[in-house]
Amino acid sequence: MASDVAKMKGEITKAHKAVRGRSPLQLAMGRFMRNPLAVAGSIILLIIIFITVFAPLFTHWSPTNPDIMNTDAGPSALHWLGTDSNGYDNMARVLYGGRVDLTIAFAASIMVMVLGTIYGGISGFLGGWVDNLLMRFVDIMLNFPFISLVLVLEAIFNTSNEWMLILVVGLTAWPGAARMIRGVFLQLREQDYVIGAVTIGASRMRIIFRHILPNTLSLLTVLVSMSVAGYVGLDAGLSFLGLGVPPSVASWGAMLNTYSDYISLSTKPYAWIPPVVMIVLTILSINFIGDGLRDAFDPQSRS
Amino acid sequence: MSEPLLKVKNLKTYFTSRHSQVKAVDGVDFVVGKGRVLGIVGESGSGKSMTSLSIMGLVPGPQGKIVEGEILLEDMDLVKLSDKQMENVRGNLVSMIFQEPMTALNPVLTIGEQISEMLIKHRSMRKSEAMAKAIEMLRSVGFARAEQIVKEYPHQLSGGMRQRAMIAMAMSCEPKLLIADEPTTALDVTIQAQVLELMKDLRDRTGTSVVLITHDLGVIAEMADDMIVMYGGQVVESGTADDVFEVTLHPYTKALLASIPVIDEERDRLYAIPGTVPSAANFPVGCRFADRCSLVETRCRETMPELQEVRTGHWVRCHLVTK
Repeated sequence: MASDVAKMKGEITKAHKAVRGRSPLQLAMGRFMRNPLAVAGSIILLIIIFITVFAPLFTHWSPTNPDIMNTDAGPSALHWLGTDSNGYDNMARVLYGGRVDLTIAFAASIMVMVLGTIYGGISGFLGGWVDNLLMRFVDIMLNFPFISLVLVLEAIFNTSNEWMLILVVGLTAWPGAARMIRGVFLQLREQDYVIGAVTIGASRMRIIFRHILPNTLSLLTVLVSMSVAGYVGLDAGLSFLGLGVPPSVASWGAMLNTYSDYISLSTKPYAWIPPVVMIVLTILSINFIGDGLRDAFDPQSRS
Repeated sequence: MSEPLLKVKNLKTYFTSRHSQVKAVDGVDFVVGKGRVLGIVGESGSGKSMTSLSIMGLVPGPQGKIVEGEILLEDMDLVKLSDKQMENVRGNLVSMIFQEPMTALNPVLTIGEQISEMLIKHRSMRKSEAMAKAIEMLRSVGFARAEQIVKEYPHQLSGGMRQRAMIAMAMSCEPKLLIADEPTTALDVTIQAQVLELMKDLRDRTGTSVVLITHDLGVIAEMADDMIVMYGGQVVESGTADDVFEVTLHPYTKALLASIPVIDEERDRLYAIPGTVPSAANFPVGCRFADRCSLVETRCRETMPELQEVRTGHWVRCHLVTK
């Protein structure tokens, strides 16, 4: 009897400890971990990142050193996925190619988010005529022809590399993010706790960065994850059009470009199916993560 | 009356747009004594909240502006301070409690972080000191497990607990003036009494002056030393709470008191003052209460009555009430 009471007391304190001090972010992460699709997406993405980062562990071929004695070879014990017309090992290019695609996708979306958050945050927080002016510039930028800019820059510099692509994406894609962040800031700055922060004498910068920004983290995380998926596809698409990274650099999109003629498509599936699978898997897994994050941050949105 | 802490003189806060001018606060005078509680009563739209926001320098711009008047905190005119100077007044000398405790705390910061933020800014405390002070403050507003509460997030507290945490936050820098804008409106009756008791207790212990804004005359009767009744952006009656309740002079105050239901009296309909508050964009020339007043005379519609001292310390704005 007495031990029962003691046990119950123990359970009550345990239950109490369990609910204590969990931030909204931690609560959301808890919900995320209970979403099977999101967890599966995270695991697949981690595997993809792992094999691209540690590519040398999986192949001894270099993606940039051609085996000129074996060009256009089919799959063999030496070259598991064959070689292309320059003698580059396809297996090595699939493994290393992810580095370029993922770097472009992550770097570009982080750049977009940083620019968008600063711009949209200022616009939304200040409001009034400043907001009006800044948003008209966003309208102009939203109509900016992205592919033409890539073409012009390639013509000027006579080359193209992944950093140029990141810069171009970053400089042209932020207005969408800025508009979203502005909307959230407009809404949050009217909240009582923001006015409350003013009443305790917090400075403008402090209010923006300490009181409003953490409240937009959930939206930012979802936006980043969704845009990363978009930019993986974007890089593949640009490379496929011949506007992405130069052929000597290994990337999934560039590989597709190499095998985009009718004959290769029908006769060399061993060469183009792996990069396609990698692109599709990457985009799908990131999308699942993004969906999972959105549901985790906003339990009401779940249908 | 004790030494004055806050003197508001002829305060006019207007909202101007291209088409109209809304006189939210139109020539308000009052004094808050050191360690005293001033109650401001009035219907929605009478300008009581705008008066408090004017003191805090939080009139929503660019349309809203203090066009005239002085707000003297001791000898410092708050109207003339720059934004930067105002940051040092807010939270430090004057702080504020909001009506809605559910939205007035930041959901992503712990209670402790929110209380200590102010101490770090105004008292240049280190983080650990500020946390210790936050725990002390929470204990003084009646939290038994204050060490845990500082680590908790607002969603883990009930409405009454949040309001007490708000009070702890507002009091943590020992401000000279605490503005409470309908602090109990959003709470249950049982919690209301607790929160009022707590505010009274803190006032007694720290000597902070309180401006208590409410439309609940019961709260005023419970809490206030002095009171002003506002109508249409103006003060219509002011004096000590005892005077105003015992010898009510202005017809509007009388009507307000008459509209409180009495528990042991049977009535089919509750009494309500007929009509509505006139639009602040278009006030009549004469007395602003004239259209709803049962004793209205011709002169009431023609000239605006002045606020005059009818008995010692008891001021009324009405043609019909004279010495």
